[in-house]
Amino acid sequence: MRHDEVPQDAAILEQWHEIAYAVDEDGSYVLVPSAGWEASNLVNVQAWEAIGAQIKRALEQIDSGSASPLLYHMARNQMSVGLLARYVGLSRWRVKRHLKPIPYAGLKPELRARYAAVFQIPAEFLDTLPPQVELPVELPLGSPLDGINKDEYL
Amino acid sequence: MTIEFIHRQSAHCESGVTANLLKHNGYSISEAMAFGIGGGLFFGYFPFIKINHLPLITFRGAPGSIFKKCASRLGVPVTSRQFRDPQRGMDALDASIAAGIPVGLQSGVYWLPYFPAALRFHFNAHNLVVYGREGDEYLISDPIIEKPVRCSSAVLERARYAKGALAPKGRMYSIGQVPGEIPLAAAIRAGIKEVATRMVKVPIPLIGVRGMRMLARHLQYWPDKFGDKQSIIHLGHLIRMQEEIGTGGGGFRFIYAAFLQEAAAVLELPRLEILAQEMTQIGDMWRRIALLGARRCKGRNSTDNTFPALAELMRECSLREEKLFRELLHVVKK
Repeated sequence: MRHDEVPQDAAILEQWHEIAYAVDEDGSYVLVPSAGWEASNLVNVQAWEAIGAQIKRALEQIDSGSASPLLYHMARNQMSVGLLARYVGLSRWRVKRHLKPIPYAGLKPELRARYAAVFQIPAEFLDTLPPQVELPVELPLGSPLDGINKDEYL
Repeated sequence: MTIEFIHRQSAHCESGVTANLLKHNGYSISEAMAFGIGGGLFFGYFPFIKINHLPLITFRGAPGSIFKKCASRLGVPVTSRQFRDPQRGMDALDASIAAGIPVGLQSGVYWLPYFPAALRFHFNAHNLVVYGREGDEYLISDPIIEKPVRCSSAVLERARYAKGALAPKGRMYSIGQVPGEIPLAAAIRAGIKEVATRMVKVPIPLIGVRGMRMLARHLQYWPDKFGDKQSIIHLGHLIRMQEEIGTGGGGFRFIYAAFLQEAAAVLELPRLEILAQEMTQIGDMWRRIALLGARRCKGRNSTDNTFPALAELMRECSLREEKLFRELLHVVKK
């Protein structure tokens, strides 16, 4: 890669630049700040779409009464049952159980507080769910999750 | 308490931390040099190890090995510790800063608030340097980020005790007294030898150039095996592993070429300069795979970005890398 070809496609890095290694006119390596690259931006969006789709599925399952709100927070924090179990310090099967509405409703305040601490929200907000998928990043127009209520895409 | 510490942004976190800590201790070394001596370059494809249902593909060695190997090859003493108890881990960090020793920390990116939101995934082998504390805030030199940043103690503790794959368990490390005589040339040779051996001599079909060929063989049939949607997700995953922040571009191939270029001057081996150019061209080819692949992910299909075409490019990369690393082995032996 030549130093004048280092891509400057700003998107996912926000105000930051990353360092790219490139060669100058004499063929010597120089460090060049890059605002990002189209190819990596694109696959990053793809990864977020997958996370968004998972959150959406979680919200639907909670809506239909087949899952507890924990499933939403788990998806929102990009966690699997195994990872959440490690963070909250419970066995996998207990976490799995808490993902069902009835065992969840009977959770002791102490356990609710532990879950809430992992998700970094106050315990009373565990049951507050957003009406639609919200991601910490903005997906570009035309992405399957853009304007999120386009159910036909998922 | 603040330690005078020079923040230098780098492409890769671990080689950046290593170079910056060495420089702080009076031994000036470039990031590329730390990367090369530490034997940072690698290729591994492990289809049976899944991360989020996707195969493990890596262009780098095991986390922590660049720091450890670079320091040991240069004859620089290091200390590295883990703490089961987070409180003890944070106390040890404070003690080190109070003693004027900047500390490298392994941490989970997901919890670091200053990281760009789009890059906050559960990746636990990120490296940064803590060089001071003001009240409840730690002063951090994160080599991926342009400027020094700050982080509250609660947040930093969370990042140090991130859970899951590659959990840091509070790992912190620092560099001791740099000796007067540094065996730079021998360290460079050892670093090259290790990487080249791994790339072409290990009789396991999953790693090195043979791993690339296996990936190419599998990739070719992804659409048949997984269907359109899943094969695109697999392809996107490959590109992310190769190009997402921290590689310097082309799956670390450019930073390695920069290292070879520096090595040519130190070892007075002009042949290495030529091989650095070849490595650059190979890096460009990896970038081409990423660009064409990304276009396919976006649905911009053409004849040059079909899965077999991408596989063919990857095979070409593997053949050129095989030739290059065999020659490297020969060159550094002399």
